[in-house]
Amino acid sequence: MSALLSIQNMTHFFGGLKAVSEFSFDVPEGVIYGLIGPNGSGKTTTFNLITGIYNPTQGTILLDGKDITGQKPYKIVRSGIGRTFQNLRIFSSMSVLDNIRAAKQYRAKSGLLSSVMRLPGFMAEEKRIREESMNLLEVLHLADRADDAARNLPYGDLRRLEIARALATQPRLLLLDEPAAGMNPKEVQDLMKLVQRVRDEFKVTVFLIEHHMKVVMGICERVKVLDFGTTIAEGKPEDVGRDAKVLEAYLGRKGAAC
Amino acid sequence: MEYKPVLQTLKRIGSWIVFPLLSVGDIVGRKTGRNMPRLTLAALGIYLYIYVLGSTGVFNGYVMHIINLSLIYVALAASLNLINGITGQFSLGHMGFAAVGAYVSGTFTTLLFKLNPSVPGAYLVFVGAIVAGGVAAALMGVLIGFPSLRLKGDYLAIVTLGFGEIIRTILNNISYVGGPRGLLGIPKFSNFTIIFAAAFLTILVIRNLVHSSHGRAFLAIRENELAAELAGIDTTRYKVLSFAIGAGFAGVAGGLFAHLLQMAHPTQYGFMGSVMVLIMVYAGGVGSLTGSIIAAFSLTFLSEGLRGVLDGLGELTNLPLGDLRMVIYALLLILIMLFRTEGLMGNKESKLLMLPEDKR
Amino acid sequence: MGSIINAQQIINGLQLGSIYALIALGYTMVYGIVRLINFAHGDFYMIGAYAAYGAFFLFNAVLGGAGGPMAVATLLFAMLAGLSIAALTNRFAYRPLRYKPKLSSLITAIGVSMFIEYVFSATPFIGASFRAFPAIIPQSLFKIGSATVSNYVVIDLAVAGTLMIGLTVLVKWTKLGKAMRAVSQDKDAARLMGIDIEKVISATFMIGGAFAGAAGLLAGMTYPRIFPYMGILPGLKAFIAAVLGGIGNIPGAMLGAYIMGLAETFASAYNSLLGEGIAFAILILVLLVRPRGLLGEKTADKI
Repeated sequence: MSALLSIQNMTHFFGGLKAVSEFSFDVPEGVIYGLIGPNGSGKTTTFNLITGIYNPTQGTILLDGKDITGQKPYKIVRSGIGRTFQNLRIFSSMSVLDNIRAAKQYRAKSGLLSSVMRLPGFMAEEKRIREESMNLLEVLHLADRADDAARNLPYGDLRRLEIARALATQPRLLLLDEPAAGMNPKEVQDLMKLVQRVRDEFKVTVFLIEHHMKVVMGICERVKVLDFGTTIAEGKPEDVGRDAKVLEAYLGRKGAAC
Repeated sequence: MEYKPVLQTLKRIGSWIVFPLLSVGDIVGRKTGRNMPRLTLAALGIYLYIYVLGSTGVFNGYVMHIINLSLIYVALAASLNLINGITGQFSLGHMGFAAVGAYVSGTFTTLLFKLNPSVPGAYLVFVGAIVAGGVAAALMGVLIGFPSLRLKGDYLAIVTLGFGEIIRTILNNISYVGGPRGLLGIPKFSNFTIIFAAAFLTILVIRNLVHSSHGRAFLAIRENELAAELAGIDTTRYKVLSFAIGAGFAGVAGGLFAHLLQMAHPTQYGFMGSVMVLIMVYAGGVGSLTGSIIAAFSLTFLSEGLRGVLDGLGELTNLPLGDLRMVIYALLLILIMLFRTEGLMGNKESKLLMLPEDKR
Repeated sequence: MGSIINAQQIINGLQLGSIYALIALGYTMVYGIVRLINFAHGDFYMIGAYAAYGAFFLFNAVLGGAGGPMAVATLLFAMLAGLSIAALTNRFAYRPLRYKPKLSSLITAIGVSMFIEYVFSATPFIGASFRAFPAIIPQSLFKIGSATVSNYVVIDLAVAGTLMIGLTVLVKWTKLGKAMRAVSQDKDAARLMGIDIEKVISATFMIGGAFAGAAGLLAGMTYPRIFPYMGILPGLKAFIAAVLGGIGNIPGAMLGAYIMGLAETFASAYNSLLGEGIAFAILILVLLVRPRGLLGEKTADKI
């Protein structure tokens, strides 16, 4: 299997603080890949580096062999990476449908003039975008809320809406930042099924950060454990779960809660 | 003036002109599933209505003047709403853009008609000058849009305020355009027809823009800039674009303003002018074009009404009551913020300005 | 025209800078604590000037004769006026909006500013026109080298200096100062530590208002004419000075104010248009090159 995402020697400093240190790894195409580690171990920073929110102090990030290091976030998104956020960042006063349509903006071809005059080409494109977006909402069980303002959705729906919005950019790699945060056991179950279904139906590679061990152990095919910005273990979830260093760094301190 | 006959005339003309057009628009709109015919015909109806009342003298010159002013404010408020309300930036220097439009077009027409008072196709020349003023203002908008790339909220407010003040200072110091005396003797070309057309066009363009991919990019930036960027939106481009379009329409409005008052003066375009437009946007409702229209009309009429009342009282009592008008405005702004932050309309639109598929 | 940068200009610049500093401190403290650009702050300064004007004539009529003690009383009166208006504004306009979106407070601040200015200009006994400010202390001139110095320069620098030293002591070593610093760092944590944050915010506004009031008196005396809109431009420039120094940073505001005073004096000597525009040029430059200001700390948004 070839690597879809390849990170080589990535290091990032915040002022004098080393947040990520000489980090290298590959995410193979088609898997569900988990990144775990205690709070402050550099997980979200890794996502921010991949999506171009920060520029790595050092190192290279390749997407399907193409160097995307240091590009602007929107360009990285356009080359095939979608993401969600740890604390939701929904377009909350827009409708659910418009949240999705906004993520399809960059594929729209109609120019300003044709949009303002609502020419036939524009109208056809709008119709297509609308249909595509509704299909996406259908898959994520949000279609009946399409016209509601996003802010009126319950929390679990918002989590799914964010995933839907990330999918709307038609990514090959989907980054999920703690998708199960704040969910009850039933919602966690549904989420796990959803992630697997999304991977199969949309043919995306999923790369997720999670604290919830059940999610990681349940759906991830490969897991990487991070502590203080360096990798301390990598492998199949069941192997990683037995690793002494991991138990000490992560489960040993937090295991009781999981 | 007696009320009853006037009201009757209003009603009669209304039922002759506006209602048939509205119902035709309604039918066409329902048949085609599109909103444009309805909106256009409704606008045409309102235009003819006011035009007839104006030319038959039911509305005297003074009322027509206030209507013209209101329509110019509609364009100003709607274009500021694009920047502040729809894209979520914060501009405090909107009249700076209007000043660019006013001075560019005003200088052009004044010079031309001084050289040759009977230039052929005068009206077309005037329209060209207005458009040129709009383009110049749009370019200025691009220039001002750039700081918005790095600045947010209150910092952006200060920079745009600074920009407005710089424009005013520069105009004050260029004697070629009159310096502190202002640019005088601009030919009176603005009339109800062109002002109405410009206001309508501003509303139409912004409304159609909002209901397109471009508009959703503007809105997404307002809602959450980082998430917008990570939804693949080139936020840089759209923020600058929002400033450019908003500034362009403000420039057109400024040009019409100058050709209505037959002069342009630096103080008209200072901070207080920008604040007036700001009040209209926030009183009407951030993001609501309907709100901007209602607020522009009611505040302009209120302002003129107050001017009359207060000046009259002031003359009687020999007190400087004229400034109370601004006190009332200031109080209005504070009260809106304290008790109805979302403005009159919130972000709702009237049915006329919505599209059939929108259910908000 | 001699050299633009000479001793005379430096003295004038420092004098102007002292006035800006007193205004800028209020901006920076309020911004540091509630993240609000208090547009009405320049009007507190204007009110200080009018209060001093009124107090001077009142004291003169009641007590008779100008002199040192009366000047001090006038200063205290101006500071009290600034303090009161700041406290009132905070209580009735800003406090209800504390937890609403930041822009509503900013727009309210614009409204408050307009309100104060136009109420003043509509009030019959104040009016919109300029008023000559009385010489509270008789002016005397003396020479230092080639420069002519007025005793007003000494007074301006001394009053500003004393107040700034007082503020530094207050912020560094008193309980209130500690609470102010705590609230500006983290409101929620400060509240959990048992700090009454509304009290601290109110105290901050009052100190800022008192300083602006003092600046109003000094400006009235130094540039002897006052009018209801006199606060707009100095207010803006003092704000820009605070941004230049690093908004929220007290020594930064002082530094920024003196730089601004000097820059404006030199620029005006060169060309009047440049003098009018230099503040905004500085603003745009700072925001583009070093948005956190000279002494400001870098802050990062949590993503």
